[in-house]
Amino acid sequence: MTKPFNSLDWQVQPPYLYAPYASTVKRSPQKPLVVVPQKMSELTGPVFGEVDLKPLDNDLTRNAVVNGEPIGERIIVVGRLLDENGRPIPNALLEVWQANSCGRYIHKNDQHDAPLDPNFTGTGRVLTDAHGEYRFTTIKPGAYPWRNHENAWRPPHIHFSVFGRNFLQRLVTQMYFPGDPLLALDPIFNGIPDENGRQRLISSYAHDITTPEWALGYRFDIVVCGQRETPFETKEA
Amino acid sequence: MPGQSPSQTVGPFFHNCLIRGGENSLTTPQTRGQHILIQGQVLDGDGQPVPDAMVEIWQADAHGFFNHPEDPNQAQADPHFRGFGRAETVDDGRFTFHTVKPGIIPGEQTPYVNVRLFSRGMLIHAVTRIYFADETGNTSDAVLNSVPDKRRGTLLAMPVESPGLPTYCFNIHLQGELETVFFDY
Repeated sequence: MTKPFNSLDWQVQPPYLYAPYASTVKRSPQKPLVVVPQKMSELTGPVFGEVDLKPLDNDLTRNAVVNGEPIGERIIVVGRLLDENGRPIPNALLEVWQANSCGRYIHKNDQHDAPLDPNFTGTGRVLTDAHGEYRFTTIKPGAYPWRNHENAWRPPHIHFSVFGRNFLQRLVTQMYFPGDPLLALDPIFNGIPDENGRQRLISSYAHDITTPEWALGYRFDIVVCGQRETPFETKEA
Repeated sequence: MPGQSPSQTVGPFFHNCLIRGGENSLTTPQTRGQHILIQGQVLDGDGQPVPDAMVEIWQADAHGFFNHPEDPNQAQADPHFRGFGRAETVDDGRFTFHTVKPGIIPGEQTPYVNVRLFSRGMLIHAVTRIYFADETGNTSDAVLNSVPDKRRGTLLAMPVESPGLPTYCFNIHLQGELETVFFDY
């Protein structure tokens, strides 16, 4: 079967059914997945560019200002988008969204009793540069309660939607913060079956990115499926 | 070598970022080919609508070409068609795409649309394909033929009566007797 790229690594990727995250119970496919070859429709994907971005898309502290600065701890998030061979992926679109510093999203279904911030929508976009690197500025998100189980709180996180070079490299994930006591209690984070995999979603504090008198820095690298060493295996031929 | 970053759920609050309006229309008036609508519903294991899912599609243009450097026919691809679309499901779990009927990719047998589904309650996306029930090439498609007979119908979008554009219905069942065939690579 044609397989130029590595498959999803199910030792690391979360399963569909993970009962501690209650909503998976009725939304998890249960029949075996059918393996299909990787052909032109998988080895291509949407191409994005600067034309898809607005000037302040990479600064969530400024892209929604109405009457002042958003409230909270200003942070700078940097990282690289890589494939499994360690090769950087340039010109890739990352979309990010998050709660405000109080743990509240601007969304009709978010009923958490915490204030909205009139100067913060918590949405941004950024392209990776020629070296696969990205950088955006935001406000550190707050924790928020949810109804999964008694006294359930989501650890502060930033959602990432990632396009790689092709359909196979598409990834939606979440970035967490180091040293967070809520991580051990969170069924979404702990749905990842592998300890190394879980650690990969925890950003690291980056003092070299921290800017004096301005903002703390965090580093978060993202790794998507990579090309296989033997690119064209055609056992069936 | 670095390992893969694990997926996490898209959650319930993605709309302001990922759905800004119009992403479910892949076409402009200049886009070549037969413009069509694809409508469907996402349903959970109880047959209840999933009102907070996101459906993404990726497909060839009307002649089977992709506007992507990996496609040797990229130069001939329709400049008015990116091939990527995204739709939210609404309260009744319904979604709609305005696109074109894809052409047959060179070397393949029948047209199809790649689909990736994200939702609260899904720690990782599910991948499927939309085939069109009125295509004669379906019978010789290797992927369709690799699916058990009784499940093949879950991959077929059915033409439906419509006053406007030709319209196809494609429902996605996450679980149960009618569970859609989902793919891995």
